Amino acid sequence: MRQNFQPSDFDEVILGCVMPGPDEANIARVVALRLGCGKHVPAWTVQRNCASGMQALDCAARNIALGRAHLILAGGVEAMSHAPVLLNNDMVTWLGEWSAERNFGARLAALSKLRAGHFKPIIGLLRGLTDPVVGLSMGQTAENLAHRFNISRERMDAFALESHRRLAKAQDDKLLGEIETLYDTQGHAYEHDDGLRRGKDHEDDMAKMAKLKPVFDRHFGNVTAGNSAQITDGAALLILASAEAVEKYKLPVLGRIIDVQWAGLEPAQMGLGPAHSMAPIMQRHGLAIQDIDYWEINEAFAAQVLACLEAWKDSDYCRTELGLDRAFGEIDLARLNVDGGGVSLGHPVGASGARIVLHLLNVLKRTKTRRGMASLCIGGGQGGAMLVESGRE
Amino acid sequence: MNQPAYKHWHVERDNDAIVWLHIDVGSTNSNNSANVLSSSVLDELNEILEKLTYELPRGVIVLSDKPNGFIAGADVKEFVPLKETAEALVLLRRGQRAMNRLAELKCPTVALIHGFCLGGGMELALACRYRIADEDPRTRLGLPEIKLGIHPGFGGTVRLPPLIGAPAAMDLMLTGKTIDARTAKKIGLIDYAVPARHLKRAAMSVIMNPPAPHRPGFIQSLTNKGFIRNILASAMRHRVAEKASEAHYPAPYALIDLWVKHAHDPVKMMEEEAASVARFVLGKTAHNLVRVFFLQERLKSLGKKTLIAPQHVHVIGGGVMGGDIAIWCALQGLRVTVQETRHDAMAKVIKRAYALFKKRFKQPRLIQAAMDRLIPDDKGVGVSHADVVIEAIFEDILAKQALYREIEPKMKAGALLATNTSSIPLEILSEALAKPSRLVGIHFFNPVAQMQLVEVVSSFITDPVVTRQAAAFVRHIDRLPLPVKSSPGFLVNRVLMPYLLEAVTMEWEGVPAAMIDKAALDFGMPMGPIRLADTVGLDICLSVAEILSQRLNVDVPPRLRELVSAGRLGVKSGQGFYTYHGDKPQIPRAKPGYTPPADIAERLMLRLLNEAAACLREGVVADADLLDAGIIFGTGFAPFRGGPINYVQEAGVDIQRKKLHELEQHYGKRFVADAEWAEL
Repeated sequence: MRQNFQPSDFDEVILGCVMPGPDEANIARVVALRLGCGKHVPAWTVQRNCASGMQALDCAARNIALGRAHLILAGGVEAMSHAPVLLNNDMVTWLGEWSAERNFGARLAALSKLRAGHFKPIIGLLRGLTDPVVGLSMGQTAENLAHRFNISRERMDAFALESHRRLAKAQDDKLLGEIETLYDTQGHAYEHDDGLRRGKDHEDDMAKMAKLKPVFDRHFGNVTAGNSAQITDGAALLILASAEAVEKYKLPVLGRIIDVQWAGLEPAQMGLGPAHSMAPIMQRHGLAIQDIDYWEINEAFAAQVLACLEAWKDSDYCRTELGLDRAFGEIDLARLNVDGGGVSLGHPVGASGARIVLHLLNVLKRTKTRRGMASLCIGGGQGGAMLVESGRE
Repeated sequence: MNQPAYKHWHVERDNDAIVWLHIDVGSTNSNNSANVLSSSVLDELNEILEKLTYELPRGVIVLSDKPNGFIAGADVKEFVPLKETAEALVLLRRGQRAMNRLAELKCPTVALIHGFCLGGGMELALACRYRIADEDPRTRLGLPEIKLGIHPGFGGTVRLPPLIGAPAAMDLMLTGKTIDARTAKKIGLIDYAVPARHLKRAAMSVIMNPPAPHRPGFIQSLTNKGFIRNILASAMRHRVAEKASEAHYPAPYALIDLWVKHAHDPVKMMEEEAASVARFVLGKTAHNLVRVFFLQERLKSLGKKTLIAPQHVHVIGGGVMGGDIAIWCALQGLRVTVQETRHDAMAKVIKRAYALFKKRFKQPRLIQAAMDRLIPDDKGVGVSHADVVIEAIFEDILAKQALYREIEPKMKAGALLATNTSSIPLEILSEALAKPSRLVGIHFFNPVAQMQLVEVVSSFITDPVVTRQAAAFVRHIDRLPLPVKSSPGFLVNRVLMPYLLEAVTMEWEGVPAAMIDKAALDFGMPMGPIRLADTVGLDICLSVAEILSQRLNVDVPPRLRELVSAGRLGVKSGQGFYTYHGDKPQIPRAKPGYTPPADIAERLMLRLLNEAAACLREGVVADADLLDAGIIFGTGFAPFRGGPINYVQEAGVDIQRKKLHELEQHYGKRFVADAEWAEL
């Protein structure tokens, strides 16, 4: 409604979502209809785990480039709080038998076969966050990286705290204009993401962070709830338009998608995905690190973001894994995730890819700079990166 | 193959020897969009059924060819000219005879129902062996006769209790409520609720393989047995008494008596049913309730829906009124943006919306759809998309004018701009507009979801086309438009205020608040004036009273100022005239031996009636009927009295005027009779 066109003018709606509810498998269509796009606007949902939202933008950009569409609503949604709890296989089998039995006696017999074990639920969310090929949870892949690049618990915690500090400042300075206030049915308004923790002072906060128990590798691990992304709900939508549509509807242009790269790597090291996906873009465009004004690397885990930075600094890694002839260099932390990230405001998996692109463009606009790079690691051993530029030209 | 042509019916015999009896009441009837059972419709039906008795078809299916529904009921217009009991009896027996003939056909009979099936229409359906209805929520079934001061008279009281058991049957007839097909199926009122695509197949299937007709469950059937009837009846009388007194509304009590005395003897009960309805049709209560029914029809006719096709409403201001107006519009299916920058206020609106949608829609899918239609809009982007913009911000001339200047250039050409102001003259507000003639008032009452009336306010500068469009919009959201002139308090608040202030004055004189309220309730008001003032909020009463006192013959009692400055604002502050626990007032016990003055009701009502006369003289509304309609639907003024002006005429203009004169002698100039009394 903010735009100078009707929702029904969209050519299509593309949304990323990792775990849509069972009653809205093609959640993009549900969203399109509920937003009032009307029955004639087709919609589809894409899934590339943590980068689903970015995948949606890529698909939209491609369809526009191909001339198949001019105006697309794209982004990502995720309601992780709604992830289903599933019945285990034994229970499903039992239920099948139960409903097949018609008479009372047979039902009684079926009932007698029911055991406590049948009721053990499967938490859909935990399954979703575990790699079935290597059998590791996402947190454990982050532990791998911390080990490989020798990233200490203190560095992770400090990075996490910084994420909160930056988000707090961004909220206080009202730098998150793209966030809409939400309302629940109980009379509450949510003006900000509620994951933010505002601490007392740095030392006290560090002490508190140090007290948290490791979640994934119990007892001796380093990855805690405090230095990992928060599991949250969220949605981020962008309008992508062809030059023709921009002209036709007189659209204000926030920025342009310049290039996209997807990369595959060892699933147990999935957190290095950004290092693998950003490098080819940099090479293709002959860019050095200082040519990028701002960076967004999704904070799945503090350890994982730090590992990406380490990997680019490591000449050995750059040579053997990225096929470069020397180390890429060091990304300036002051230009990375400047307003916080997944650790402080949460990582609604399907939405984050779209959120970081949108926010990066807003940062570029605010700072009147030009070039930005957004990237995510992707469960299953992938990385995705998107190079954007602000403004029309 | 086909029968001779009838005016209202079409008889079609198909290859299976099933007779399809289509009703499509001819357009000579002024209410031509709906089927009603007028005398000529019933005469034709009697004729058709008489033939069918000998023709012995395989089965008979009664259905409507009107898209909006089955049958809306008997023809209420035929009640109006009735003078003698005998005339009324002829009318009722004609209906009973048709229903009995239908019930006595040897073949299976089916009522195939879509849309409304009410009153006489429902009784016709009850005379069929089976009832099959469209499961669409637009299907509404019921026996609302009680709302017109009568009860079912075409055999409904005889047939319904044995079919579904007395508790459900009497509940339907005593409350006059309408239910949807699913609920009807649940209580046994209909045999099947099916999607529209299966209606005809279902009817044919029932005729070809007739199942056993519906019987009530064991417990339900017990409820019609002799001694149990007596026990149930006293509980029913008790429940009815909570809603309506026998003196004002005798019909529900008579309905219970009819059932208790005659439920074991259907033939006798049929006779008594007709006798009872004939008595009430001629009575004052039914006469006035029928009048109210027609007043309602008249208000409806003042908004021609075709004049405007609203899709999107933009409400500015998310306070109590703005929020509730927005919620109501979303409930009625419109897309609504609510412009409100205070997020906490907006959150309350969403909460209230959810509560109302949940209550009205029940199904999660429909609730969600309504929630989706209600869009918080803190930046006001909806204004440029809206077909109707309703301003409901605080009562401040400069703030409203500044807002209009800002939004007028953004609005769509031809979009309605309405204000919900209750006290600022429109001609002043419209000065801020480039096109002053486009401003119209759409004044809602609190609580919006319950108050049917909406005052459509126009000033001398308002474009009459805009006024008519505003009235049409009010119909689109299923409210009743009352065109009023822009003058202080418009109609409803102005007439109500002297009545409230007289109550406040009496309380200050020492009459216990509860006594004052009781006098008003006894007159037939829905709520006593003191409690009403507490509910509206004493601060709001005070501000309206002060605005009116500048222009009219109204003094603001010091008691009101005193309470407001003490922070006693009524229900919302927990204390006003009464002390509240939640919404419930604590009524202090009256002093033993205290006798309230005899003139409480007179003082209250004559101030109201006198102000009503003044409004009539000033032309705030076009005529006395509209004034009565406005006061009934805007304040709940005793419907069985037919409105204030009707009441004065019934009770005697001269008598009332004399009383007014006596009160003037006693209490002073606020009781000076308005010049209009000479014209009443």
